[in-house]
Amino acid sequence: MPEGLLIKGGRVLDPASNLDEICDVFIKEGKVRKIARNINLSYSELIDASDKIVIPGLIDMHVHLREPGREDEETIESGTRAAARGGFTTVCCMPNTDPPIDDPSLVKFIYEQAKNKGVVEVLPVATITKNREGKELSPMGRLKKAGAIAFSDDGSWVTNSALMRRALEYVKMLSLPIISHCEDKSLSAEGVMNEGYFSTVNGLAGIPREAEEVAIFRDLALARMTDSSLHLAHVSTANSVRLIREAKNTGIKVTAEVTPHHLAISDEGITDFNTNTKVNPPFRGKEDIELLKESLRDNTIDVIATDHAPHTVEEKERDYEEAPFGIIGLETALSLVLREVVEKKILSLMQAIARLTVNPARILGIDRGEIREEVKANITIFDPGKSWLVREEEFLSQSSNSPFLGWKLPGKVEWTIIGGKIVYRSEK
Amino acid sequence: MNFNRKDLLGIESLSKEEILFILETAKSFREVLDRPIKKVPTLRGKTVVNLFFESSTRTRMSFELAEKRLSADILNFSASNSSSTKGETLLDTARNILAMKVDCFVLRHSTPGTPHLLAKELPVSIINAGDGAHEHPTQALLDLYTIREKKGKIEGLKIAIVGDIAHSRVARSNIWGMCKLGAKVRVCGPPTLIPPLIEKMGVEVFYSLEDALTGADIVMMLRIQKERQNKGFLPSNSEYIDFFSLNEEKLNLAKPDVLVMHPGPVNRGMELPARIADGEKSIILDQVTNGVAVRMAVLYLLLAKK
Repeated sequence: MPEGLLIKGGRVLDPASNLDEICDVFIKEGKVRKIARNINLSYSELIDASDKIVIPGLIDMHVHLREPGREDEETIESGTRAAARGGFTTVCCMPNTDPPIDDPSLVKFIYEQAKNKGVVEVLPVATITKNREGKELSPMGRLKKAGAIAFSDDGSWVTNSALMRRALEYVKMLSLPIISHCEDKSLSAEGVMNEGYFSTVNGLAGIPREAEEVAIFRDLALARMTDSSLHLAHVSTANSVRLIREAKNTGIKVTAEVTPHHLAISDEGITDFNTNTKVNPPFRGKEDIELLKESLRDNTIDVIATDHAPHTVEEKERDYEEAPFGIIGLETALSLVLREVVEKKILSLMQAIARLTVNPARILGIDRGEIREEVKANITIFDPGKSWLVREEEFLSQSSNSPFLGWKLPGKVEWTIIGGKIVYRSEK
Repeated sequence: MNFNRKDLLGIESLSKEEILFILETAKSFREVLDRPIKKVPTLRGKTVVNLFFESSTRTRMSFELAEKRLSADILNFSASNSSSTKGETLLDTARNILAMKVDCFVLRHSTPGTPHLLAKELPVSIINAGDGAHEHPTQALLDLYTIREKKGKIEGLKIAIVGDIAHSRVARSNIWGMCKLGAKVRVCGPPTLIPPLIEKMGVEVFYSLEDALTGADIVMMLRIQKERQNKGFLPSNSEYIDFFSLNEEKLNLAKPDVLVMHPGPVNRGMELPARIADGEKSIILDQVTNGVAVRMAVLYLLLAKK
């Protein structure tokens, strides 16, 4: 009885090895065994990937799966289904759950749920501080032992500078990054959208860009002071990009991510008080988008991550001030990157895929994000020629709070494969 | 012209022609108010719901009178908080009332965009009676009506709007309306109460009341909420008075025939002294009277033909 999965005739694109060729990939016992033209080995399963692009399984280092605590919004099961539909094979879930992931037992709970119900690989991020309160450090060493992949108080910036300094120092012995959600809440205060002309016209309280920039400036100073690794979540402003660029030039160990939605929508789009445009950080101006795109080109920003943030219809049906911040992103990410970054010639397809695969893998220090012989076969295959309409009823996420409903997007994920096993297959 | 709108959500989306059409329509209703019998049967059989989630005296009574004088049936709902105490959402509240078969909601709410939310979800007319700091279209329409009535035109007039521009829906709606009708609009207040990039709306920004008043045809003083000093917008109310309260000396910098307006309620002694509020240059009470006529016109245009 022959064994193995043969992916035949696709354009295989692997940023880590700079491979871009029409060839076959043979997978057996969970790992890629051979990458070559016209592989002539017996197999049990065949994927005809002609006219498709075969890439390493995507990695999203910033998602909210809402479990435990808000299973009405998303679960590890539904969130990982959504991930698979979006071509993601690994997701890092943020610890702002209820309770927050600040204890080894909770890290284990995530792994347990992911093993039993998850569709893709889930790597938990644990909190920097106990209960995300910004007062005492979490047991970071024990959290790492339990499997935490990074630390973040996402949603809350650690306002106490001395504590943040200690956190950055302490993780050096663990070789795990700190992911900072940079937001000075005394500046963002009651704000619900970007502060500028459009918040003025709408009469909505603004979130100034400086709420992010002030926080980034401090965190960069502390990263320099401690010589520790800092990763900046969802960077959204032009001046943040300039600060990070300068920091990288002076040798600070900083990496950063941008979301697909911040590349696609500006605050000009907030004219009808659609609560699916309420997101934190908020949609910024056109000049910010321009610099964010430039920052991908010059590697100031290393990673594209979704900040997938599901909320129920009931929550988003409230008015613009009451509705929670956040939008879902896993199922639209790759298409938005193709539309905003590749089609607009900001990056080559190879470079764009790197920001969704090998770059986050390197920051997280995981053996993922490449198609290489003898490495776990996490692979995504998409059709670059197929466009699709974003429809509420097709989301596999439990929530549908997307500002892209009704958009026609390029590039459709056809197969998502984990360890040689097909976990998602698009229906035609 | 035809006024083919389901809702009145703001002035921003209205054309100059639509604004003038509403103002012209209001003229005939203004005459009704001077008759001994101040009632017409125009909206007999229509039901209007006044949905007020924020306290209001003038606007609510003005709408209520306008509705009564058009012979509409009225339902009044008021709640002190933005969401009602039993946890029902705004949309749910409105859907429930709609199920009782009504024709129009007049909504006052502290959150911008709430009338838009209802307008999108419900098949009946929505009139924005003030949504947070966003818009207050009928106030702007009554202000425009009053200015036209007194000055005969809007185009070319220098109009100074003074006070807490940042938190004012009256300012925003008036800026849209006045600019569309060709006025030269100045906004004036301390920089903490001027919202970012407001000049892109077509106005000139002044931090000096004296400069803003020089040569003005109209000065509109906005209500300043006394709590602003607690939130760090102002050092103190008395300092605000020193710099931004109107007095005769400052008013002399304006044109001799300058008129003073205020959307109310006035903090006498804060925005302007009683002498000026009650003085010959004040048209504050004319604004209030015209408000009823303008609201009758809006209700008529949205509801009568349907």
